[in-house]
Amino acid sequence: MQQQVPVFYDEYGNPFIVLREQDKKQRITGVEAIKENIQACLYLYNTIRTSFGPKGMDKALVSKDGDVTVSNDGRTILDHMEVENQAARMLVELSKSMDDEVGDGTTGVVILAGSLLEQALPLINKGIHPIRIADGFEMACQHACQYMETISDRLEFTKDNIAPLYVPATSCLSSKIVNRHGTKMARIAVEAVLDVADLDRRDVNFDHIKIETKVGGRLEDTELVQGLMLDKGISHPQMRKEIRDARIAVLTCPFECPKPKTKYKVEIDSAAKYQQLAQQERDYFHRMVQLVKQSGANLVLCQWGFDDEANHLLMQADLPAVRWVGGLELELVAMATGARIVPRFEDLTPEKLGHAALVREVNFGTSGKEEMLSIEGCANTQAVTVFIRGGNKMLLEEAKRSLHDAMCVTRNLIRDNRIIYGGGAAEVACSLHISHMADQVGTIEQYALRAFADALDAVPVALAENSGLPPIETLARVKAAQVREHNPRLGVDCMETGNMDMRTHGVFETLLAKKEQYLLATQVVRMILKIDDILKPAPAPAQ
Amino acid sequence: MSAPQVLKQGSTEERAENARMSSFVGAIAIKDMIKTTLGPKGMDKILQSVSGSEAIVTNDGATILGKVAVDNAAAKLLIDVSKTQDIEVGDGTTSVTVLTGELLGEAEKLVDKKLHPQTIIQGYRIAYNAARDALVRSASPINQDPAALRTTLMEIARTTLSSKILAQDRDHFADIAVRAVLRLAGSPNLDQIHFIKKVGAGLHQSYLEEGFLLAKHPGVGQPTRIEKARIMIANTAMDTDKIKIYGATAKVENPAAIAELEKAEKEKMKEKVQNILSTGCNCFINRLLIYNYPEQLFTQAHVMAIEHAEFEGIERLALVTGAEIASNFGAAERVRLGQCDLIEEIMIGEDKVLRFAGLPLQGASTIVLRGANKHVLDEAERSMHDALCVLVQAVKDQRLVYGGGCSEMLMSRAVDEVATQTMGKKALAVEAFARALRSIPTILADNAGLDSQDLVARLRAAHYQGNVLAGLDLELGAVGDMRALGITETLRVKEQVLVSASEAAEMILRVDDIIQCAPRQRGEQPEDD
Repeated sequence: MQQQVPVFYDEYGNPFIVLREQDKKQRITGVEAIKENIQACLYLYNTIRTSFGPKGMDKALVSKDGDVTVSNDGRTILDHMEVENQAARMLVELSKSMDDEVGDGTTGVVILAGSLLEQALPLINKGIHPIRIADGFEMACQHACQYMETISDRLEFTKDNIAPLYVPATSCLSSKIVNRHGTKMARIAVEAVLDVADLDRRDVNFDHIKIETKVGGRLEDTELVQGLMLDKGISHPQMRKEIRDARIAVLTCPFECPKPKTKYKVEIDSAAKYQQLAQQERDYFHRMVQLVKQSGANLVLCQWGFDDEANHLLMQADLPAVRWVGGLELELVAMATGARIVPRFEDLTPEKLGHAALVREVNFGTSGKEEMLSIEGCANTQAVTVFIRGGNKMLLEEAKRSLHDAMCVTRNLIRDNRIIYGGGAAEVACSLHISHMADQVGTIEQYALRAFADALDAVPVALAENSGLPPIETLARVKAAQVREHNPRLGVDCMETGNMDMRTHGVFETLLAKKEQYLLATQVVRMILKIDDILKPAPAPAQ
Repeated sequence: MSAPQVLKQGSTEERAENARMSSFVGAIAIKDMIKTTLGPKGMDKILQSVSGSEAIVTNDGATILGKVAVDNAAAKLLIDVSKTQDIEVGDGTTSVTVLTGELLGEAEKLVDKKLHPQTIIQGYRIAYNAARDALVRSASPINQDPAALRTTLMEIARTTLSSKILAQDRDHFADIAVRAVLRLAGSPNLDQIHFIKKVGAGLHQSYLEEGFLLAKHPGVGQPTRIEKARIMIANTAMDTDKIKIYGATAKVENPAAIAELEKAEKEKMKEKVQNILSTGCNCFINRLLIYNYPEQLFTQAHVMAIEHAEFEGIERLALVTGAEIASNFGAAERVRLGQCDLIEEIMIGEDKVLRFAGLPLQGASTIVLRGANKHVLDEAERSMHDALCVLVQAVKDQRLVYGGGCSEMLMSRAVDEVATQTMGKKALAVEAFARALRSIPTILADNAGLDSQDLVARLRAAHYQGNVLAGLDLELGAVGDMRALGITETLRVKEQVLVSASEAAEMILRVDDIIQCAPRQRGEQPEDD
C-alpha cells in the first residue's frame, strides 16, 4: 500500500529524522513497489500495442502548445507523451535506445518488455523472488538469441542486384501511412542508402543522406535527388538563379561590418576622421567581395546575413550568394562538394572551393516565394537528398520518420545480412524452443523461462488482434503448424491471404535488430524488477 | 490498488472509440462550418478578431480556416490541408475541406456498422485510384489557338469567380484576369501582376492597367511626368548615412567641431547623390526614407525621387523595368538602370498614383480594384488572386475538366463501378467514397436553395445514360451541359483536391488514440531541445 514514510521516536518521544522532509514524501516498498511499477509500464504497453503491425493504428499527439503530430512510430509516440512515472520512463528510454541503436522495431521492443512484465506479475504473486525471475528471463533471452541464429537465413545482394533489399524495406514501411506507395518509398530508401554505402566496409554514413520536405504536391511525387536540396533562396532577387559548373565558397563570416569580440569604442572627433572611417568602411566591403572573387568562386554560401551594400556588391560582381545557411547544412554542402568551411575572407583559396555541376533555385507553389536551392552533380557523388512531398505537414513529418526507419533497416542488412522471419514467426519459434528448454531446467528459473515463452506469444497475439483476427485461435494455429511442419517461417497471416509462410510474403527483419530487441527488453525488465523501494514526493492534495 | 499516475498531471488520453469519435466530430464540425460557402451561391462569413476591432468578410476557405482557432487534432489537420491547397494551387480550398469532411462522415457510419478503419482505408484507396483515373481520362486538352484559348480561360476564370464576391461582375473580372495572365505569356511568375486597392466607386470600375502603378508621390517640386525615363532603383539609407564600421560614435570637444562634422556628413550625402545623378538617371526610387536635404538636391537636378517604396514594391519595379536594386554608388557607371517610356501621375478616384508605361518586360500589369469599402476590396483581391492562380495553372498544365459537380459525378460513377467488382467488406467503403464525391453536387444545390436530392439523382441518371458532360445548372435549377455552359475548371486543381482529401482522410482514420499533453502554463518556459 502507498503510505507516508514511517516516523520513529526515541525513548523521549523525539522523532528520528531519517530523510529530509520525510513527512512530505511517499514511500512504497517491497512487492508493492514492483507491482506499482509494472502497472505503470502496462499502461504504456496497452497504449502502444495497437500501433503494432501492418494494420496497426496511429496516434494523434497534441503537444503543450497545441501542435499535432500523427505517428505510428513507437519512439515518437512515447517521446510526445510526457510520461512522468519513473518506471514507465524506462520504457520510453528503451524505445529511444532501440531507435538510436537499430532505428527500427521501436514499438516491438516496448511490447516485448511490457509483455515480460505482465508475465512476471503472476510469478511474483506466487512468491518467486524478482531476481530469480530476472535471472530466468536472462537465461531464456540467451537461449532465444542462440536459437534465432540457427533458424536465420541470409539475404544475398550485391551492388548490382539490390532488388532483394526492397523487400525488407517494404515490410518495414507496411505499418506506416506511406504504405500507400510502399514499394516506391522502399525503393527510394534503399537506393538512397546504397548510394552512400561503403559495401566493402559494410558501413553507411547517414550524414550523407539529407531528408528534405516541402508541403504540397502528393506523396508519390517524392523523389531521390542526386545532390543536395536546401530550403533557401538566392539573396538578391536579381542574381543569377542557375549556376553551371559551380565553384562554391562556403563561408562562416558575415558580409557585414566587422564586430570584434573584444570591447571597443571608436570615437570620431574630427571631420577628417569621419571621412577616413567612411572610406574605410567602403573599402572593407569592396575587399570582402574582391577576396571571394579572386578565389575563383562563382557561388557563395554563407552562414550569416548580408549587409544591403555587400549584397549589392556581390550582385554586381556576378556572385550569386545564399545567406543564413544553417550550420548543419553548411557542413553537408562542404562534405558533398568537397569544399572547406572558411571562417575568414583572407583564408579563402581556390583549393578550398567546392564543386558542383549545377546549382539552381527551384520554385514551388503559387506565391513564388517557396524556393529551394538544388545542388546537383556534386564533386563527392555520395550525397543524396530524399525530397518528400505531401498534402499536409503532419503527413510529411510521418513520412520522414518512416523513410528513416526503412533506411535503418537497409543499413542493418548491409552490416549483417542475416535475417529472421517476421509476422510473429520468430517469436513463435523461440517460444516453442524455450518452453521445450524449460522442462530441462531443474531450478525455480523454470517458471521464468515458461513466462518468457508466454511473453513472446504477445507479439503474434498483438499482430492478430490488430489485424482483426481471433488472437488466441490464430496463435494456436501458427504454433501447431510450426511444430507439425518443423518450419520456423510460419507466422500470422495479417493480410488474410491464406498462406502462413512469411518467406513467400517477404516479411522479414534483420537478425541483428531482433536480437537487440530481445536483449534490450530483457535488460530493462530486469532493471524494473530489481526496484523494491519507491520514494517520491507525496501527490499534491487534489484541487 | 488504484492505477499509478503515469502521464504528467493534466495530460489526457482518449482511446479507441472515444478518440475516433473526437476526430470525426472535429472534422465534421469544420466541414459543416465551411460547406455553406461552397459554390456560386455559397455564403460568406464574417471573421472578427479577438479585440473585435477588425473584421474580415470572406468566402475563401483557406482564409476562413486560417482565422479559426481550434482545439481538436483532426480539425487542425483539416485546416492544414486547406492551407496547403492554397499554397500549392491557390483554389479549391473549400472543396478539399468539404471532401475530407464528407469522407470522414461516411467513414463514421461504416465504423458504426463495425467495419475496421483499416478496411475502410483499403476501400478508400481502391476508390481513390478509380476516381483519379476517371478524372484524368475525362480531362480534355486546351485548344492552343489564341482565340479559343482566350475563350477557355475566360470560362475557367468565370467558374472560379462565380463563387466569390465578384460574381455580379464576373465577366468583367474574368476579362481582367485573363488579360493579365495572357500578358505573362506563359510565365508562371505572378509577381509581375500588382494590385492597387482604392476605396470608392463600384467594383465594376476596377480595371487592368497595362504597365505598373505605384501608389507613391514624388517629392515636392519635382517633375511629375518623365518621358524616356531612366530609373535607378535603390535600397540604401538616404536619411543619414551612418558609419556602421567599428560601432563608431562621435565625440567632439567644441561646437566648431560639431559644425565641421555636420558639414562632412552633408558632404558625404552630397557625394552620394552626385554619384547617383552621374548615372544619368532621371527617376530615383528608394526603399527607405529620403530626407529633405537629398530630396532638395534631387529637385535641383530635376529628378523624380520617390521614397519608402517598400521591399515588395522595389522588387517588382526592378523586375519590370529591368533595373538592378542598387546599394552602392561608388562606381555608378556599373549600376544597371531601368527603362520605361513614360512615367506620369494619374488619378484614381481622388488619389494620385504614378504610372510606369512602356516597360521592357511585357508581362507586367497592375489590377486596380475599386469598391465600396475595405472589406470588399480585400475580398476582391483574394478572389482575383485565386482566379489568377487557377489561370496560370491552366496555361501550364493545359488540361481541363468540367465543374458544376460534373467531374465529381463522373468519378463517383467510376468508383461505383469498381465497387461492384470489389470482394469483401471493402466494397462498402468504396461505395462510401462514391457517396462522399456525390455530396459535392449535393452541397452545391443545397447552397443554391434547390432540391438537392432530386437534382443529384437526375444528374446521376444523366451520367449513367452516358452524358458525361452533365452537371448542375444552378441558375435554372436543372441538369445542364457543362461544356455548353462553359463551366470549366483545371485538372490540376481538381486532382489536388482529390489527392489531398483522401490523404488527409486516411491519416485521420488511422488514428485510434489521442494523447493530449497538459497545456503550457502561463510563464512556463519552453524546453531546450
